[in-house]
Amino acid sequence: MNQTIQKAIPFLSGLIFGFGLILSGMTDPLRIQAFLDVFGQWNPSMALVMGGAIAVTLPAYTYVRLRGRNLAGIAVTLPDRKTITPRLLIGSALFGVGWGLSGVCPGPGILIAFNGLLAGVWAPVLFLLSVLAGMLLYAAWSRRVPAVNLPRSVQVNGL
Amino acid sequence: MYLQALEGGLLIGIAASLLLLGSGQIAGISGVLGSLVERRPGAWRWAFLAGLIVAVLLVRLAGGVVPGQLAMGWPLIVGSGLLVGFGTRLGSGCTSGHGLCGMGNLSTRSLVATLIFMLVAMVTVFVVRHLLAGG
Repeated sequence: MNQTIQKAIPFLSGLIFGFGLILSGMTDPLRIQAFLDVFGQWNPSMALVMGGAIAVTLPAYTYVRLRGRNLAGIAVTLPDRKTITPRLLIGSALFGVGWGLSGVCPGPGILIAFNGLLAGVWAPVLFLLSVLAGMLLYAAWSRRVPAVNLPRSVQVNGL
Repeated sequence: MYLQALEGGLLIGIAASLLLLGSGQIAGISGVLGSLVERRPGAWRWAFLAGLIVAVLLVRLAGGVVPGQLAMGWPLIVGSGLLVGFGTRLGSGCTSGHGLCGMGNLSTRSLVATLIFMLVAMVTVFVVRHLLAGG
């Protein structure tokens, strides 16, 4: 594949990802909380966002996993798929509390923070700064308490 | 609303697949942000972030709006943000990395992570809206 196109792919991917998040309604915390509010006036539309996305990622990921390479011929090692660790469970639970309280996950958090900067609305900016602070706290903590007995693919790629 | 959710989801799936098939990278946004704050090398992450930001710019220039009101006091904003940041890094992923990419990869780890954060988020909303608010 052409070098220039190769370099443009992450930008294009981010652009399409951003349009998708905005179009789908994922940036609206009230919509997310309405989806999470299964015992109230439940709005299931956000399930379609996930369903639509997985319908596309499933064939793409299956292709790369079976072939070990992507379309550009680059070797791709996908993250470990099996190892369940306490960190995975506790981290996901902590994220769930934060996501339920705010209605914002990291991707939409970036979009509404930038939108807030342009519109002079500071609450979403403060939210993204807090997310980054939480990530810095994790980085400091994980340096002191390194994960042990994890397959290398987990440590390298995350997920 | 339902059609837009589906179309938006398809776009997100196309974006994540393009990144994997074209550049061999995983579109996990907490991983992108976390690697940047840890100053790991990887110019593609900045390019991906730039794409996200330009999407907001273009939608605004075209006269569209990006709904994203956070109707909370600052202690709750800071607290929930810290939980999202720390939790996604500890759990190695968020809605995009585990929910879309990992599930697409038929990963048991990602399925477990996704079930946990969705269930816990639902319980959190239940507690806040129906128990604490008395509604």
